[in-house]
Amino acid sequence: MPEITRDEVAHLANLARIDLSDAELDHIAPQLSVILESVASISGVAGDDVAPTSHALPLTNVFRADVPVPCLSAEEALAGAPASEQQRFMVPRILGDEQ
Amino acid sequence: MSDTLLSFEESLAAYDPAMGLEVHVELNTATKMFCGCPTEFGAEPNTQVCPTCLGLPGAMPVVNAKAVESAMRIGLALNCEIAEWCRFARKNYFYPDMPKNFQTSQYDEPIAFDGWMDVEVDGETFRVEIERAHMEEDTGKSLHVGGATGRIHGADYSLVDYNRAGIPLIEIVTRPIMGTREQAPQIAKAYVAQLRELIVALGVSDARMDQGSIRADVNLSLAPVGTGALGTRTETKNVNSLRSVERAVRYEMQRHAAILSGGGSILQETRHWHEDTGVTTSGREKSDAEDYRYFPEPDLVPVAPSREWVDELRGTLPENPTQKRARLQAVWGFSDLEMRDTIGAGAFGLVEETIAAGAAPQAARKWWLSEMARRANDSGVEIADLGVSPAQVAAVQALVDAGSINDKLARQVFDGLLAGEGTPEEIVAARGLAIVSDEGALSTAVDNAIAASPDVADKIRDGKHAAAGALIGVVMKEMRGQADAARVRELILEKLA
Amino acid sequence: MSAWITKSAAELADALAAGEVTSVELTQAHLDRIAAVDGQVHAFLHVDAEGALAAAAASDARRAAGSPASVLDGVPIAVKDVLATRGLPTTCGSKILEGWIPPYDATVVARLKDAGLPILGKTNMDEFAMGSSTEHSAYGPTHNPWDLDRIPGGSGGGSAAALAAFEAPLALGTDTGGSIRQPGAVTGTVGVKPTYGGVSRYGLVAMANSLDQVGPVTRTVLDSALLHEAIGGHDPRDSTSIDQPLPALVEAARLGAAGDLSGLKVGVITELSGEGYQAGVLARFQESLDLLVAAGAEVVEVSCPHFVHALATYYLIMPCEASSNLAKFDAMRYGLRVLPEGVESPSAEDVMRASRDAGFGDEVKRRIILGTYALSSGYYDAYYGTAQRVRTLISGDFAAAFEQVDVLVSPTAPTTAFKLGEKLDDPLAMYLNDLATIPANLAGVPGISLPAGLAEEDGLPVGFQILAPALADDRLYRVGAALEAALERQWGGPLLAQAPALAPALAPAPGHATTEENR
Ligand SMILES: [Mg+2]
Ligand SMILES: [Zn+2]
Repeated sequence: MPEITRDEVAHLANLARIDLSDAELDHIAPQLSVILESVASISGVAGDDVAPTSHALPLTNVFRADVPVPCLSAEEALAGAPASEQQRFMVPRILGDEQ
Repeated sequence: MSDTLLSFEESLAAYDPAMGLEVHVELNTATKMFCGCPTEFGAEPNTQVCPTCLGLPGAMPVVNAKAVESAMRIGLALNCEIAEWCRFARKNYFYPDMPKNFQTSQYDEPIAFDGWMDVEVDGETFRVEIERAHMEEDTGKSLHVGGATGRIHGADYSLVDYNRAGIPLIEIVTRPIMGTREQAPQIAKAYVAQLRELIVALGVSDARMDQGSIRADVNLSLAPVGTGALGTRTETKNVNSLRSVERAVRYEMQRHAAILSGGGSILQETRHWHEDTGVTTSGREKSDAEDYRYFPEPDLVPVAPSREWVDELRGTLPENPTQKRARLQAVWGFSDLEMRDTIGAGAFGLVEETIAAGAAPQAARKWWLSEMARRANDSGVEIADLGVSPAQVAAVQALVDAGSINDKLARQVFDGLLAGEGTPEEIVAARGLAIVSDEGALSTAVDNAIAASPDVADKIRDGKHAAAGALIGVVMKEMRGQADAARVRELILEKLA
Repeated sequence: MSAWITKSAAELADALAAGEVTSVELTQAHLDRIAAVDGQVHAFLHVDAEGALAAAAASDARRAAGSPASVLDGVPIAVKDVLATRGLPTTCGSKILEGWIPPYDATVVARLKDAGLPILGKTNMDEFAMGSSTEHSAYGPTHNPWDLDRIPGGSGGGSAAALAAFEAPLALGTDTGGSIRQPGAVTGTVGVKPTYGGVSRYGLVAMANSLDQVGPVTRTVLDSALLHEAIGGHDPRDSTSIDQPLPALVEAARLGAAGDLSGLKVGVITELSGEGYQAGVLARFQESLDLLVAAGAEVVEVSCPHFVHALATYYLIMPCEASSNLAKFDAMRYGLRVLPEGVESPSAEDVMRASRDAGFGDEVKRRIILGTYALSSGYYDAYYGTAQRVRTLISGDFAAAFEQVDVLVSPTAPTTAFKLGEKLDDPLAMYLNDLATIPANLAGVPGISLPAGLAEEDGLPVGFQILAPALADDRLYRVGAALEAALERQWGGPLLAQAPALAPALAPAPGHATTEENR
């Protein structure tokens, strides 16, 4: 039986980059447990011999020719930015490393 | 906080190195991996972006056919199998320069897998096994403002340009490379150098390490000598020159060895290579951040290349590098030693291109392995990144062949080329380097030299022709080197006959 | 109240073609209706009077010049706020996108513009289409025009309610697990989920990419066919778009309206017609079956044994895809940016966390966490992988069923509209609304919901669902139009004629301040 603890929810919220308050954690954790219990009912329904479906229709090889098309202007690109400077998106200091 | 290192020899006495190389190749397609934005290097920030590569809500990806083709050609050239059916997957993690906060990549279904490349080091061949080559997309680029010297640490904020976001990358991953012992650093370097050569021959990338179009990550671990085990590895990121590949492997070997021999254990982590100081420093720890929650990209359909397509691409592959080297060695008439030195200096492709541009094989080899190698060594850069092109070297040699300049003057032409003074012809003209072929001026200079040294002249009249050297030196000095020494000698002997 | 607003889109198109009315008049009539009743209904998040009237004037000019852009040229339309509209706010019902104005049009929106349909505005929805009641909109719920205390269905409650309240003659919706069909059922309107890949998803802000489809929201079956033909067909910007022509949908609707279904085999899905269904829903469903038989169809029962697992399968696949899709809302490039309280010089990561906490509602957070969990290392096979395999079995059930019958039918939703707030904090109870609609999304097959009458016990609309094999969307229209014609003969007119009149409000209902602000 799958169970999702409050600590686990806190860890997942961290992975998903959402600050959940203690109150939110208290509220959400039991709801998730109930949902998970319910959805776990499908384990064992399909055998390993059943191929998974990732796409509703079996299309393959959909490609685009390597030909440039017009871009957005920098103004359009930056129009929704919470902050910008030097025609670039301004973001708060980045933790961690250069990618 | 500098690392303690064990000497290279002591490291090898106790441990066996195992390496893994992950090389990202930025393709030179006209458009990005999943959208029609151009990929030109150096465009104004955020001018080569669209809803798709900016990750705007609602936008969708469509795969660039040319990128798939390039990926398959790389795979085939690396003797890989080409998948009959494969998918893209999402690699989920948050980072401000990654617009969707997932990278569209491939996971357990790469387009190419199970290949190999034979690497030559000191005349020996070493087989590097390729685990996979897969398609993915690049991220944007950040400019760090405030703090020290534009570094990410200590910056106040960052400015992101998404022009690079979505440019197609092929990631080529080796299997663990074992049994290299003391050759590990050279094999790593030779692998990347040869891979770069292959990419150039395929014409699928600009292959500029200095511009980041080829980037290498070096995985390294040590195990007690003879056990054949795999130790804990570190991943050194973005090692951006051939020289650094070699240095980074050597450094990590010595660093690991020092920790292990001191009874410590290696932290599995990402490390960063510092070109200037030649050291690696700790990056983020891998353990927590590695939960990428991969799943198949639902907005893209599977890639299932027909065998006809694969065979057609096989027909477009350049000559196998080993065969090509053997063939060219015969054509050029190089000795085994000359050939080995050329490859070892990372100059094989440069020499080839110089010859293709019209220079004689020995002249091409001489320039790259002497003059260029010296200059590269002096300035601590890779010979390919020196800033002199094979076409320029061939043009300079053509001037020598025509008698317009001599080898000594040619060196000054290279100075001019590196200083950006124009074409070799322009530099010869502007610096006044051309050899003086005016017989009158030369004759006068020879007369003056004879008059100034009557005793030397007498010796020559007596048949001691070796003494002419002294007079030639005087004439050349007067002509400021811009004379053809052979002609000067002729004139002296004529006049004193 | 202008008489034009109760007409069908097909009738309006005819009137425009005959020169009996102008697009500007029609557009203004609908804008007036919105002004009069939307304070109570709250179907719209944003109304673009200026843009709609300008498009209408351009349409009239084309008509005058004798070159209309399409049959629907000049007929106004409302667009669900989950579709990108260049120059018009697109919020997806979320705070995190408040004020975002896309620099591009979704393909379906571009096709509407090309076909000359003035866009009245953007309709309300559950945040990021996550919900079955439109109560999860960050901008307040939409109210069901049949009873303002009840839900209009979801997530596309705004589009359905706009049609039911005569605020628009046409609307676009999106359907991931029933978000077009279930609101259609509870508001007495028509909604179609096309074959997956039949209509472009480019510009649809994805919830679950492998399930989402854009489709028509209308008051008649023929109108859906007209709109479906206007927006459907191959789009090279959507890799999952089907590269072949649509079947003749309008023709199928006209053929069906003639009423002859002889030779047609209809399958009643055993697993979707018994337990858990409201009595009045089942009674109306049976009545429709009888009408189909009367029209010459043969009705048989067909079992789709894996459909009982559809809901669980859906609630694994959808959150996985959604959790990844919604990662892009991180306060870096667009949308809400919130600085965490009491943090000096917050990092990008701090700002992402704070913004996503402030910008997303409870249901969205639940699904993101659920999806993050199910995709996390060690769980992929047990959850996403398993769900994808069960999905194969569900598609197999459809394939087997369509060997026996031409179309499958079921009630669209197990109950009529419930009260606002009733299931808001009981996610599982809320999810049950989509029981009958979800299988079609998992298999990619098309489905329609049309009104089947009112449930005896509460006088509220009941929906009848028809499902067809992939690419056979025309069957929905043929059978749907035949049933609609038979039902309307019984009712003596459209079902919506029985809806209570909405009195123009003097003041907006409480809780609508955001709506007004947002306009
Ligand atoms: Mg990668
Ligand atoms: Zn782009």
